[in-house]
Amino acid sequence: MSDTQDQAEIFGGGATALSDSRSFDGNDVSAIPAFVFGEELADLADRDTRIAVLTADLATANRATDFAARHPDRFFNMGIAEKGMITTAAGIASCGFVPFAATFASFSALLCAEQIRTSCAYPRMPVRIVGHHSGMSMGFYGTSHHALEDLGVLRTFAELTVVCATDANHLRAVLRASVDHPGAMYIRLGRGRDPEVYPEVPEITFGKAVRLREGTDLTIIATGSEVRPSLDAAEQLAIEGVSTRVVDMHTISPLDVEEVFAAYRETGAILTVEEHNVTNGLGTAVAEALFEGGAAGRRFRRHGVPDEYVPVGPPAALYAKYLLDAAGIANVAKELLT
Amino acid sequence: MIPPRGTFERRVQVERLSDRALFVRLETVRLSRIAGAGHYTSSFSAAELFAALYYAVMNYNAAESNWPDRDRFVLSKGHAAIGLYPVLADVGFFDPSELDTYTRLGSRFGDHPDMKKIPGIDFSSGSLGHGLSVSVGMALAGRVENRPYRTYCMLGDGELHEGQIWEAATAAGHYKLGNLVAIVDRNQLCIDGFTDDVMSVEPIEDRFRAFGWQTHRVDGHDLDALLDVFAALPNESTGPPQLIVADTVKGRGVRLMEFNPDWHVGNLVGADYDNVIAELKAGLRPLEANK
Repeated sequence: MSDTQDQAEIFGGGATALSDSRSFDGNDVSAIPAFVFGEELADLADRDTRIAVLTADLATANRATDFAARHPDRFFNMGIAEKGMITTAAGIASCGFVPFAATFASFSALLCAEQIRTSCAYPRMPVRIVGHHSGMSMGFYGTSHHALEDLGVLRTFAELTVVCATDANHLRAVLRASVDHPGAMYIRLGRGRDPEVYPEVPEITFGKAVRLREGTDLTIIATGSEVRPSLDAAEQLAIEGVSTRVVDMHTISPLDVEEVFAAYRETGAILTVEEHNVTNGLGTAVAEALFEGGAAGRRFRRHGVPDEYVPVGPPAALYAKYLLDAAGIANVAKELLT
Repeated sequence: MIPPRGTFERRVQVERLSDRALFVRLETVRLSRIAGAGHYTSSFSAAELFAALYYAVMNYNAAESNWPDRDRFVLSKGHAAIGLYPVLADVGFFDPSELDTYTRLGSRFGDHPDMKKIPGIDFSSGSLGHGLSVSVGMALAGRVENRPYRTYCMLGDGELHEGQIWEAATAAGHYKLGNLVAIVDRNQLCIDGFTDDVMSVEPIEDRFRAFGWQTHRVDGHDLDALLDVFAALPNESTGPPQLIVADTVKGRGVRLMEFNPDWHVGNLVGADYDNVIAELKAGLRPLEANK
């Protein structure tokens, strides 16, 4: 299938685009699980009456429809009114519910930053702000629909847990673990249908990274959509004799500083990889931890989108342009090591 | 409970509420002196509203501040908290002596109210425009759990400039939140001058009606009239959300502050302080006396 069709699917795209036979960025991805957000929450809500879901006219895009069909009394479509949605979720949370408020990351995190800080994080409301289609996964929809700054804005807020889901199984794990986590949380998703990293639903702890691959020459610390290509890059590097550790740093705030220092002590270099502006994202958080911990001097590079607005284009083309696909990451890693 | 107008019980109630409104104003003056600055006028305009809500209208239990069936109150115009704190103390949510720490380092009581620190505050506020959305959420939650409470939300008239108010107004109309009551303290002033000079808000009732609300307009300093409006609110939790536009005077009760934008935040010192206390204790005079 063409990348154009894949981009159409973002908005619910019709029966053809939603069928399981479509591919992903030109590849056959019939093995990639569907967007499990609504389904997983509906399953959780079967057992937990606190769970509610809100969206802002994107129920078809984020599959909140799967929740709405099974729990219509706890589903609220707030229309194209994101600030109202986030703050309404805070009001619902104050009455003992755990609401998940989902829309494109560009809107949930950037348009509603003040609502998240003042009415969710500060009063410690258990609102789960779900930002899907983050980074530049909206491709040719352009900068208004890209979210390459959301981690930077939100990791500044005290008492807000910031988590990136890696793939469908990881998203299920994040949603499950989030229900009883204290305070507000931002859950950053890629396209919702992301290539598999976890063959089964993992046990996760927020603030504790997952070491997916061992290595000694280099550690790639990646998050969200960049974990899969980082693993693939590590495969390519192995062929060329470079031993690469890969860490899924799914929680950006609070950061797993111990895992960062393990990489510093045990491997020769650190490369951070994120689908985010290099300013104030994962790489910056890792650099802060290293430098303040007296661990400067190791070869280190933040890899992501440079400090610019990306052009329009199909996502796959953008990942290639910014060296955020497996081949690009491998090249950046080799550059770092020479 | 609100006795019918004209009865002895009603007269007693109105006298008591009038006394409590005076208490709100006197405490506002006292607490402002601790801070060295205060939102006197935003509290004065809402004094009768606070008194009516907490001493006659709302259903709550000060001994169990998070009682799930309590009526909610969201002070969306959070800068009037200085007038609300004394009421919460007076009805028993916390020891009144705690108010002596008002705004001092580490106090529970800042210029804007904090739900995590103060029993009786149902939601934190301070950023104008949030409170009505919060209240929509509370009303929706009450509906999901089939709870009998109402959610009361007090808005400033200048706050109606905020776009998010209209997101919430739309949602409340859409979901037919008859269990939601918004009260606009229409005190006619915002920081830079008369509200309608800065940015028009009228016709407030027409605007909300267009969003599916049922509206009421009342003299916000006339306790009898306020009680009539509250008593007449429909009991159906599914139906048009209710809007009360309370026509008030920013700074009501102190002649030099009434309709005076210079007093949005101020500090009374010296003889002014004593004069204001004396003026308040003499009771509200007709507004014509200003002219």
